[in-house]
Amino acid sequence: MFVYLLRRLLYTIPILLGVSLIVFVLFHMVGGDPTYQMLGKHANPEQVQTLRHELGLDQPLTTQFFFYLKQVVTFDYGRSYSTKQPISDMILNGIGPSLTLAIPAFFLTTVFAILISLFVAYFRGTWIDKGVVVLCVVGMSIPSLAYILFGQHILAYRWGLFPISGYEIDFPDRLQYIVMPALIWVMVSLGMDVRFFRNAILDETHQDYVRTARSKGLSEKFIFLKHVLKNSMIPIVTYVVIEIPFLLLGAFLLESFFGIPGLGSITIDAINSSDFPVLKAMTTINSLLFILGTLATDIVYTWVDPRVRLK
Amino acid sequence: MIWKEAIRRILKDRLAVICLSIICLYAFTAALAKLGLVATPWDSVVGGNYQRPSSDSISLWFGTDLFGRSVFYKMIHGTRIAMSVGLITSLISIPIGVFFGAVAGYFGGVIDEIVVWFYTTLSSIPNIMLLIAIAYVMGRGITSVYVAIGVTSWVGLARVIRGEVMKHKERDYVLAASSLGATHFSMIMKHIMPNVFHQVILNLSLQFQTAIRSEVILSYLGLGVHGQPSWGIMIDDARLELSRHVWWQLAGATLSMFFLILAFNVFGESLRDALDPKVK
Repeated sequence: MFVYLLRRLLYTIPILLGVSLIVFVLFHMVGGDPTYQMLGKHANPEQVQTLRHELGLDQPLTTQFFFYLKQVVTFDYGRSYSTKQPISDMILNGIGPSLTLAIPAFFLTTVFAILISLFVAYFRGTWIDKGVVVLCVVGMSIPSLAYILFGQHILAYRWGLFPISGYEIDFPDRLQYIVMPALIWVMVSLGMDVRFFRNAILDETHQDYVRTARSKGLSEKFIFLKHVLKNSMIPIVTYVVIEIPFLLLGAFLLESFFGIPGLGSITIDAINSSDFPVLKAMTTINSLLFILGTLATDIVYTWVDPRVRLK
Repeated sequence: MIWKEAIRRILKDRLAVICLSIICLYAFTAALAKLGLVATPWDSVVGGNYQRPSSDSISLWFGTDLFGRSVFYKMIHGTRIAMSVGLITSLISIPIGVFFGAVAGYFGGVIDEIVVWFYTTLSSIPNIMLLIAIAYVMGRGITSVYVAIGVTSWVGLARVIRGEVMKHKERDYVLAASSLGATHFSMIMKHIMPNVFHQVILNLSLQFQTAIRSEVILSYLGLGVHGQPSWGIMIDDARLELSRHVWWQLAGATLSMFFLILAFNVFGESLRDALDPKVK
């Protein structure tokens, strides 16, 4: 098991290098020169030259790549073009608001989805099951932007149940602002989660061990609660764990709509103001988080499914 | 034959037939709009600004927007853009996915490791960030939407094809072909490919859904289609209209998207059942 984990850990190094390379190529070679965008159309060549020198863009590409790798390792991404703040500070400040929304929303979604999927899987094949599956597919097919826009309009604007948008730094006060985005988050993700969890549970009911349990006379309820449930937790836990690092990233659209100053809002602002280094930093950090997430999933896997350790 | 059997089963499934008809209807509408036979021109003024939906004329079914243009015509042209994004990104991503999957699965060894490393790396960058980054660095416009979605959406297909090809290359029929002196190229294309090709068809319905959703988000973020009535642009416009109780543009774009995604979703599922021998 130790060897397996070590090998798994070492395997992330080429992936990390690959991700840095892709991001670098994308932003430094495909992206063209950001100085023209920053200085506007009427910049004279000297200004462009000075700025290029300041930003280190006149260095050879390999030097720039190593400089970027250093940024990745030291978590120091320089300053934002538009706000002039250090990017690492912006990111650290954004994590709090993002998590304030993401943790309760994610927790609620997961708990509801598991409860509902257990319920429908138990009543599989009946009209309850079919009805819920139809609802899930319908819910998944509604664009997420529609949930946000109609939700904000009806719940906040028409009925006045929640503040339309905004955020408060003080702790208990900020909660009122996240109720509605969190509700919308649950609505958007519930359909997909329930369908996935239900299928995960039902896949287990076709396994040989279920037939064996049935043929030795165990009751359906016992088979379901004792055998099926435990085994179906493997895909469910994987699915849930892999999403955890993304909670830091927050939900872009929700955050920018409801004025929550988290990482999602920072990214959208960066797109709107062509803030090249911020976008680069966000892309890199999200990829790092994703790699961490898959690593964590694999570690959890060895714990919930002992068969993996043998590989 | 797997295809004959699958088609027979699909045709027996009433829901799947309905969904396929809906998809065909969208495709037909998109083609007519492309040829300029319906809803032209989309930007002509058909009424006052923000006119409520009415049944007086087809162009007023979903009311008008800020400039008095028909929302229904914009929905039709949005369909054209959505279908073209689905089609063109498929044409980009399927060859890439099939090529990498087949090569990695067939040759194995170092080639396999390199390909797997490459797509693991690519898929380690969260899809939405990669989409945004590519669309951003390429500049706004429909071409960068095609490229961004096309080059980010092949990894799933490559994984599946790689697994299937690995399974098939050990089968007797492939060994027989190889002992008769078939080249690597003909082994992959003539012998193995026909047996794994149904995975491509299955992938197609997913590809369309991803492409349409991604296009809407990119256009909404201002990185996508420009100067054309895509559903994402319509939703972006609608954001400011709701507070004036103008709901029809948002409803129009949402409904158009909803029925298409729903049809692809349900049809994809039926197709999977029909082609998957496990559920027989």
